[in-house]
Amino acid sequence: MSAIEKLKSNFPQSIIAIGNSAGQDYVLIKSEDLKKIALFLKNELGFEFLMDLTCVDYKGYPGREEKHRFEMAYQFYSFNNKERVRLKVPVEESSPSVASLASLWLSADWYEREVYDMYGIHFSGHPDLRRILMYEEFQGHPLRKDYPLKGRQPRIPERK
Amino acid sequence: MGLETAFGNSFFTSRIDSAINWARKYSFFQYPFVTACCGMEFMSVFASSYDIARFGAEFPRFSPRQADVLFVVGTVNEKLAPVLRRVYEQMAEPKWVVSFGVCATSGGFYDNYATVQGIDKIIPVDIYIPGCPPRPQAILDALTKLQEKVDKETVLKYKNRGENERN
Repeated sequence: MSAIEKLKSNFPQSIIAIGNSAGQDYVLIKSEDLKKIALFLKNELGFEFLMDLTCVDYKGYPGREEKHRFEMAYQFYSFNNKERVRLKVPVEESSPSVASLASLWLSADWYEREVYDMYGIHFSGHPDLRRILMYEEFQGHPLRKDYPLKGRQPRIPERK
Repeated sequence: MGLETAFGNSFFTSRIDSAINWARKYSFFQYPFVTACCGMEFMSVFASSYDIARFGAEFPRFSPRQADVLFVVGTVNEKLAPVLRRVYEQMAEPKWVVSFGVCATSGGFYDNYATVQGIDKIIPVDIYIPGCPPRPQAILDALTKLQEKVDKETVLKYKNRGENERN
């Protein structure tokens, strides 16, 4: 029984969609159940490794105008079962916030700071949510689709 | 018995500019401000194949206060810009700046929200080296061009210079 099937039987109410992208199974889950499902993945299914955590901004993406703007993507790996699973969580533009997984996987700490820095997603329960790449006085979040591509914010005045 | 004894107990005359510039251009102490992959080519110039020591510039000083030439090697982003400016300002005059590779020169292909579009927006530059990364020969070429430039300077250039004229 694969991890996806176990998730399906244990959390039928939390799952919005199940799919496969480029050979990788994914589960789209409700944002409020993320912590619960992450705990289950770690403690019951043995996914001890959070490989990656990132975000996608779907603003202006064809055919998605009615859907949520952001989507979080979590890549888990189990060393013992040699199995991967991808969790996806919808994030609304009006309240860009999801639960932090930094208490479960330490690797989530800096990943979430990066997503906060680049996309402005807030992670409730994160121990130290600061910018990690850009400087503190930087305004906005540069990987959002509505941030100007060349929106440079010099820290010192430029020479003439 | 060296060459200097050939003329006996004698003297020669020269302009002070020539003597000082001659000393300066063959004894650059450089500060390597290395931020990116260009640094690999920069390192190879120090190794035996190219050997920058032939031009008297082999001695890196890792304090800007002891350096004459600032080599800015690699991409400089907006976060780093104040650091580069400060390193430059800490250098004692006379000082020169070499912009190494397209990223330092113009931002390169990083025309985005994070990258300074050429370090000459922050500090004055004497020599630009094109290339991504430049070949070691280009670096030695730039060094000899910088030596030619230094040779044409006058020591009076640095006399009574105010803060406003410096940059």
